[in-house]
Amino acid sequence: MRRGSLALLLFFWLSLAAAFGQSGGELRFYLHSEPKTFDPLLVADDASETIRYLTGGVLVRVNRRTQQAEPELATSWTISRDGRSITFNLREHTYYSDGTPFSAEDVAYTIQRLMDPALHSPTADSFRSGPGTLRTHVDSPTRITITFPAPVAGLDKLFDQVAVVSSRSANKKRAVLGPFYVADYKPGSYVLLRRNPNYWRRDATGRPLPYLDTVRLGIQPNRDIEMMNFRRGQIDLINWLDSEYFDRLAGLAPAVVHDAGPGLESEQMWFNQVANAPIPAYKREWFRSTNFRRAVSEAINRADLVRVVYGGHAQPAAGPVSPANKLWFNTKLRAPVYDPTGALRLLQRDGFRLEGASLRDREGHAVEFSIVTNAGNKARERMATMIQQDLGKIGITMHVVTLDFASLIERITESYNYEGALLGTANTDLDPNAQMNLWLSSAENHQWNPRQRSPETAWEADIDRLMKEQASSLEPAKRKACFDRVQEIVVEQQPFIYLVNKNVLSAVASSVANASPVVLRPQTYWNIETLSVRVQTASKH
Amino acid sequence: MRRVRQFAWLLLALVTLASLGAGLWAPADYAMQFREAPNFPPSHQHLLGTDELGRDRFSRVLYGSRVSLLMAPAAALLSTLLATLVGGVAGYLGGWWERAAMAATDLFLSMPWLFLLLAVRAMLPLNVSPITSIAVTFLLLGLLGWAASARVLCAGARGLRDSDFVLQARACGLSGPRLLAIHVMPNLRPALLAQFWISIPVFIISEANLGILGLGVSEPLPSWGGLLRELESFTSFGFEAWKLVPLVLLVLVVSSFQVILSRDEVYA
Amino acid sequence: MRKLARHLAAMAAVVLVGGLLSATLVRLAPGFGADEQQLDSRLSSESIEALRQARARDRNIPGFYLHYLGRSLRGDLGESRTLNRPVRQLLAERLPVTARLVGAGLLAGWFCAVLLALGATMARKPACDLFATLVAGVFLSVPAAVLALLFVFASAPAYLVIALAVFPKVFSYTRNLLARSYGLPHLVTAYAKGLGPLRLLVWHVLPVAGTQLLAVAGISVSIALGAAIPVEALCGIAGVGQLAWQAALGRDLPLLVNLTGLVTVITLAANWGAELAGQGLGMRTA
Repeated sequence: MRRGSLALLLFFWLSLAAAFGQSGGELRFYLHSEPKTFDPLLVADDASETIRYLTGGVLVRVNRRTQQAEPELATSWTISRDGRSITFNLREHTYYSDGTPFSAEDVAYTIQRLMDPALHSPTADSFRSGPGTLRTHVDSPTRITITFPAPVAGLDKLFDQVAVVSSRSANKKRAVLGPFYVADYKPGSYVLLRRNPNYWRRDATGRPLPYLDTVRLGIQPNRDIEMMNFRRGQIDLINWLDSEYFDRLAGLAPAVVHDAGPGLESEQMWFNQVANAPIPAYKREWFRSTNFRRAVSEAINRADLVRVVYGGHAQPAAGPVSPANKLWFNTKLRAPVYDPTGALRLLQRDGFRLEGASLRDREGHAVEFSIVTNAGNKARERMATMIQQDLGKIGITMHVVTLDFASLIERITESYNYEGALLGTANTDLDPNAQMNLWLSSAENHQWNPRQRSPETAWEADIDRLMKEQASSLEPAKRKACFDRVQEIVVEQQPFIYLVNKNVLSAVASSVANASPVVLRPQTYWNIETLSVRVQTASKH
Repeated sequence: MRRVRQFAWLLLALVTLASLGAGLWAPADYAMQFREAPNFPPSHQHLLGTDELGRDRFSRVLYGSRVSLLMAPAAALLSTLLATLVGGVAGYLGGWWERAAMAATDLFLSMPWLFLLLAVRAMLPLNVSPITSIAVTFLLLGLLGWAASARVLCAGARGLRDSDFVLQARACGLSGPRLLAIHVMPNLRPALLAQFWISIPVFIISEANLGILGLGVSEPLPSWGGLLRELESFTSFGFEAWKLVPLVLLVLVVSSFQVILSRDEVYA
Repeated sequence: MRKLARHLAAMAAVVLVGGLLSATLVRLAPGFGADEQQLDSRLSSESIEALRQARARDRNIPGFYLHYLGRSLRGDLGESRTLNRPVRQLLAERLPVTARLVGAGLLAGWFCAVLLALGATMARKPACDLFATLVAGVFLSVPAAVLALLFVFASAPAYLVIALAVFPKVFSYTRNLLARSYGLPHLVTAYAKGLGPLRLLVWHVLPVAGTQLLAVAGISVSIALGAAIPVEALCGIAGVGQLAWQAALGRDLPLLVNLTGLVTVITLAANWGAELAGQGLGMRTA
């Protein structure tokens, strides 16, 4: 009887283990560049961000599926009415990977380091709401209050980006609270992450997470080789797949590819409206005309871009926010309809006229301009060529100039020696506050006309006012209304001509259990603790 | 070998005629996008299928021949002449001249000329005409592609400088430049021809790679180098032999040049 | 001994000039000082300005170069701006990888080139010559990127791509030089009088073509180094070539100056070595 009970228990346990994931195993995928830093507070590139996500313990985690903030190292939190303070109740009996206990002191230390004026990183800047000093008050080892100099909208979700570092560890760089720690790094080759033996999280049966023993992050910039090696079973997932490769892989092994739908990223083009840009004055006048921009927008066949360039794995963009951003997308907006005749009518309002096959302005200049984009991005090069043909139908001559990225950045941020540009936006943050430096007319990244002393147009002044309003408000409904209006103004004025929202395409080997790709980064391994690898032999796809 | 040489001439003539008469032979404009038919296989409407934007490949190969066939040999000639001037003259003069020229040549070989190309692109207007862009590109390739061959020519000229027949010609009163032109340079033919022959496909491919810097042939104008870049992708590793036509053409043209230019001294 | 010392001194001078020239080229190229972080909309104006200031230090080229020379005498080659690591460490890690790749590629390339060129010229058959020309023409016309991908696909060693990049160029020179030598009157006479092909090659052909062949050997090192850049970048091989490509894209001045110095030393050593070998062997040209 006793033996039978034991056998039954064993069987039950094994079944649960199978249901919840096999323990052990190594997950393998690629980083596309060398990580520039292992310091989680200095992260500014994709490779370093991946390592931070996999090793860093955060107070609050934005669930990549539901897009809601969830407790992590903080079991609960409250935000003060004025939006300037947040109090965290921290998880007890939690330890860093080197055994050092985690406490509120570590949070205070992390925040103080983060807000050091000499530290310049996207994470740090997200918290800088205004001038003044930040204060931390350690109420107890498991309770801390952080007070900011000015209200910070969406405060709790910002902590998703802040990996809490240890204030007491002998080796601060290696002590982590996340599911893995950096065990080995061979520059140019790989980063090996090993399971954190002190990771606090457990599964529903009480088994310690993560299931995986190790995660091997190879360093491979070439997407073709990544694809090849995935097919050979040498890696287990591709976090971001091009549509061409997606279709090819789907033809060979449909079960391994995933199309999670439109992501947060968009592709857009814009015209240079900078007052002192070294471009002819008559061209600057064109670019500053709303009718001109709207006409160009209407003359572009977005459905063709989606079908031809992305193989249907994208959708025409309605505005600055992707529908994947459920909370902030303005559902009233629709993508511009392809209407070359309507485009010509808009242009005629500004005195443009067609002379034969060439469009001319009221002074007789042929409408001709160049669009710069970054070389090596095939999708953008193809889109630019298709737009060139679309605009050719309404008499506009567009030159496509591909440049290396450094030259491109120099032109659009320093010398302003360009006429139009075609680039993409990679939004990692859902909250519009992360885009303040894009929408404020005085900001550096107000691409079409940055660093304005005061808004040069009424609609930019409106956007400034609305963005500041939503940033200082704590009422979600008011913030939404403000940002909805910003989106509407952008669609009316077309400073950015939004083209497409790309779908999030990924590939996950069938040997990986519990994978469910989503649109938010990191798309395939957002739930790394519960991923497991079923069979550790190389299987071909 | 004579028959082979005749065939080579014929091939070059055909390709040249086809490219010059592209407007007559091409079934469609090279920029025309048949957006309902991207990446289609060959058919009676599109002899070599269509590219990723639905453009007729056959038309693009024809029009692309113009750029590549005209400009690459011209650039190759320029680089060969420069190599001759620097290497040949330095080797003939010898002494300090030779040492300085070769040190400068080695330095030239080591420089990251990518940045010069970037600077040139920055100086050109963004709306530069396609012809100007192509001309500038191949001019730069010609100006930058001479150094390796100069070394070989210098070694050859050095050896010839002290040879019997040159000494005899000098004794007969032949002056430096005439000696160089009539007796030394012709004997450097093997290296000169090698340089010229190598440069043609290298420049065709390099032109396409210069697109990353904003130079080269810009869309929608095709070139063989640009068409070859289609092969630089895992997705092209299917059984789509028609995509190899530009490569096959390039190999045939390059081989034809070699056959025409080489003398069959061996087979006398 | 004096000659060697003179060569070394000249080499040092060329390397110094080369370093300064390359630093100037990099500095004057557009995009110097640009950082893709500037496009991150989460960064504040102050942070973007701090990024610019960090790069501004390198804008004064004479100052940068003097400072660099002073440090390098102490063994400090500076820090890579793009990888945030000491240049010395990066080179120490990656140089052996590239050395193996380029070395093996050169050997294999030369082997194929010489074999084919000898076959084409010694066989004295137009068909052989044509075949060799076609083979070389194929590999001359296939872009290095395509070859690299093909070899990765076939799990073949990457050094073969270098070999295939070097081989057609070396073949072309070698074939032409050998053909020219074989066509010389005294060689035709020797052949007619029954001299064996091996004796003909070793005692009569190679001495004539040798000087230029040695020069080809010297420049083939530059060709192989040049081919290593796209091969390593495409195949993801952590060598100096990949480093050079990343440094060029990122306008990484400290890294580029050091890499230029390294390439200059190798190029000079290869070419001067070839020259000295030619002089030592007492080669002549007919």
